[in-house]
Amino acid sequence: MSATNHEPRTRGRLAALLAPPLLWLVLAYLGSLAVLLLSAFWTTDPFTSDVVHTWTTDNFRDILTTPVYRTVALRTLGIAVAVTLLDALLALPMAFFMARVAAGRLRRALLVAVLTPLWAGYLVKAYAWRVMLGEHGIVNAALAPLGLHGPGYGTAAVVLVLAYLWLPYMILPVQAALERLPAHQLEASADLGAGTVRTLRSVVAPAVRPALLAGSVFTFSLSLGDYLTVQIVGGRTQLLGNVIGSQVTLDLPLAAALSAVPVALVVCYLAAVRRAGALDSL
Amino acid sequence: MHLTRTARIVLGCLTAAGLALIYLPLLLVLLNSVNADPSFAWPPRALTGEWWSRALHSAGARDALWTSLRAGLGATAVALLLGSLAAFAVHRHRFFGRQTVSFLIVLPIALPGIVTGIALNAAFRTVLAPLGIGFGLFTVVVGHATFCVVIVFNNVAARLRRTAPSLAEASADLGARPWQTLRYVTFPVLRPALFAGALLAFALSFDEVVVTTFTAGAGTKTLPIWIYENLARPHQAPVVDVLAALLIALSVIPVYAAQRLSSDTAGGRL
Repeated sequence: MSATNHEPRTRGRLAALLAPPLLWLVLAYLGSLAVLLLSAFWTTDPFTSDVVHTWTTDNFRDILTTPVYRTVALRTLGIAVAVTLLDALLALPMAFFMARVAAGRLRRALLVAVLTPLWAGYLVKAYAWRVMLGEHGIVNAALAPLGLHGPGYGTAAVVLVLAYLWLPYMILPVQAALERLPAHQLEASADLGAGTVRTLRSVVAPAVRPALLAGSVFTFSLSLGDYLTVQIVGGRTQLLGNVIGSQVTLDLPLAAALSAVPVALVVCYLAAVRRAGALDSL
Repeated sequence: MHLTRTARIVLGCLTAAGLALIYLPLLLVLLNSVNADPSFAWPPRALTGEWWSRALHSAGARDALWTSLRAGLGATAVALLLGSLAAFAVHRHRFFGRQTVSFLIVLPIALPGIVTGIALNAAFRTVLAPLGIGFGLFTVVVGHATFCVVIVFNNVAARLRRTAPSLAEASADLGARPWQTLRYVTFPVLRPALFAGALLAFALSFDEVVVTTFTAGAGTKTLPIWIYENLARPHQAPVVDVLAALLIALSVIPVYAAQRLSSDTAGGRL
């Protein structure tokens, strides 16, 4: 296909294919981000909360010099990493079972079972956890005979609920990658004398890594920007999303400048996983 | 690699435990939709059908559902068109900036919803408002379509990657015009991927809260926005659980259909 690429007809076709999606993304999306970034350099009238179009870098200086923003940014990053690791840990055995042990109807039923909760509604599920984690909720009721107490509302609950909400986004790409792994590669590995651990390390891991990274794009960035789950089960925990959300109506330029923090984190993350080939298998 | 019997059993148990964890909150939602105590006291003391009858007669819920359906269909239609075009461009051609295009398509879903939301809000206010276009269903569709493109793109791209281009070339060699090749060769091959992509894009739009909050304006209420407003009210919360229970029950149909249609590709790919 690349041999014919320089023909004018192919180039015309490529332009026709690319123009609509690129125009949409550049105009509707990058344009909006540019407007937002631009407003980060403006300021707000302290009495009316109206945006004043005076060019200033004060917002960025405030963010870099205020310790509370640094604490919130680090906490958000930590929670996003914890959620991603927890999801990877939960997804691997499930995806492995679905792809390499279950077959036929069972495999299809398991995929449906993993996909269905995506339709139940983010808010409904987060509230279900609020009810479960409450003082008289089912979690405490179940742990009481063991002499234990649930995490209640707070950072641990946020990690737990976010990991719950994004788990299907991690299972599905890993399952797909494992299913694609040809059986004869695994057999060849065994024939050549590799044990289970060696095969897992040398054959399965390289095949799963891009899929794990692709799943982590969802779990990491969705956690990084979440603010509703934090409101629902976070207790007094604040994340970047909450800080941005609380500033939107009060001080839009500051909210815009704060938005640059998760944007920078996500862009760095995407650039890193792209090098590992994760975006190709997303 | 030969999995021992023990390994298979352990994996099976872990999967069962994972699924139990996934479904426990959903079962609770179902139970609370008939729990007579509106504050969801555990264990429930009495059961009631009141919430179900209230939910089925709620005009607000019905309007919100209708708005969500229209927004989801609009966003899915735009995403199907743009996502397929982009997938063809990236997977059937080699060009400068190809990596940047895939990066650009992933960006709207990778960036936090609140950032996308306030960016679109600021842009709509500065660009669309002077043109006389206010916030409403149109702005919601624009916002949703932007992050739904990646879903269709991924599904179609995955399918294209597995389909030899020689199929379309053979069709051309046999004298088919480009649209004939598209109609009789390419489209049938892509149909399951398009269906799975459309379904996931619709689901994503249907459940979106944050971007919707910032792009909907006062008069447009999607189902998640309605749910958000009502979950905090003690006497409406069980009605929301009824809606959720209904959606879970109904979702099995499209999810199963998509699974059957795309089972020969990678399954419901995100």
